[in-house]
Amino acid sequence: MGKIMKKINIGKKILSENEKCAIENKSFLAERKKLCLNMISSPGSGKTTILVRTITELKDKTKIGVIEGDIQTDIDTQRIKTTEAPVVQINTEGACHLSAAQVSRGLKNLPVSDLDLIFIENVGNLVCPSAFELGEAGKVVVLSVAEGDDKPAKYPGIFAKSKVLLINKIDLLVSGGQVDFDIERAKSDARRLNKAIEIFPVSAKTGQGMADWYDWLIRNVEQSKMQP
Amino acid sequence: MHEMMVAQSLLAQILDEAAKQNAKPVAAKISCGKLNAINDEILRFAFDAIAKDTLCQGVKLEIEHKPLQAKCKICKSIFKIEFSKPQCEKCNKQEFELLPDAPLILEEIEFQNG
Repeated sequence: MGKIMKKINIGKKILSENEKCAIENKSFLAERKKLCLNMISSPGSGKTTILVRTITELKDKTKIGVIEGDIQTDIDTQRIKTTEAPVVQINTEGACHLSAAQVSRGLKNLPVSDLDLIFIENVGNLVCPSAFELGEAGKVVVLSVAEGDDKPAKYPGIFAKSKVLLINKIDLLVSGGQVDFDIERAKSDARRLNKAIEIFPVSAKTGQGMADWYDWLIRNVEQSKMQP
Repeated sequence: MHEMMVAQSLLAQILDEAAKQNAKPVAAKISCGKLNAINDEILRFAFDAIAKDTLCQGVKLEIEHKPLQAKCKICKSIFKIEFSKPQCEKCNKQEFELLPDAPLILEEIEFQNG
């Protein structure tokens, strides 16, 4: 009983379902002229602290909503709620990244028409989230100085794909202090793969450097509003 | 770790095609770009785990990694980018733009009849 083998050409994208949903999210946001940014970093780099400060200090200039992605708990959502910004929690129950379908459900639970800017705070992880488009206009990667200045070289994918790099916790960089982090090295490693990346060294704790980040945000919110 | 979601989508597509072909799949060939960050060992482990007790149990995965390419802004040549030394192969300049990374593709499935 000879077995007959046959090969079938498929040529289909494996993540086509996620991609289809990401495109739907993107057009949903573009039709409403909303800016949506996908924030990605390692756990503990300060994404939520950056968001809380940004929302608070831009309160009179732009209306911000947040989709919070975490493996477990609503700790981050509770922190965002202190700003009174609309926030939706998504628990991935173990998954290391958000999917476009989860963001689509998140968008349905946000008062999108009242907002100018929607942040997606992805699950803390520098690798997996970078492989899944969610429908955002751009990615913002956060790197805190305690993680080390070699991260752009060691995790090139996310730095190559991001529009903005926030180098956070620069208040830890004091002469003779505990943290060695060469900002110029991190910047040049990130720019080797991504010439267009905007880099803002900030401290979300003290507010240092945040003004340049806010200017970038406001400029991009305005551009989204002017899209035909 | 995101290989699990890739494995789930892959399994669904192979089972779909197996139903159309009314045949048992024995191997599948996929290709991916560098920025998909696919680790072969983890993808195979995840796929084997969820394929167990389905028609796809025992399906061998062949995984082809396509290089990330860039176009030199100076001499216009297209070259394979090395993260450790990102520069043009021909003129050694570092002025380049990254070309889109290859997506994850299910290229081909091999079936056995009878």
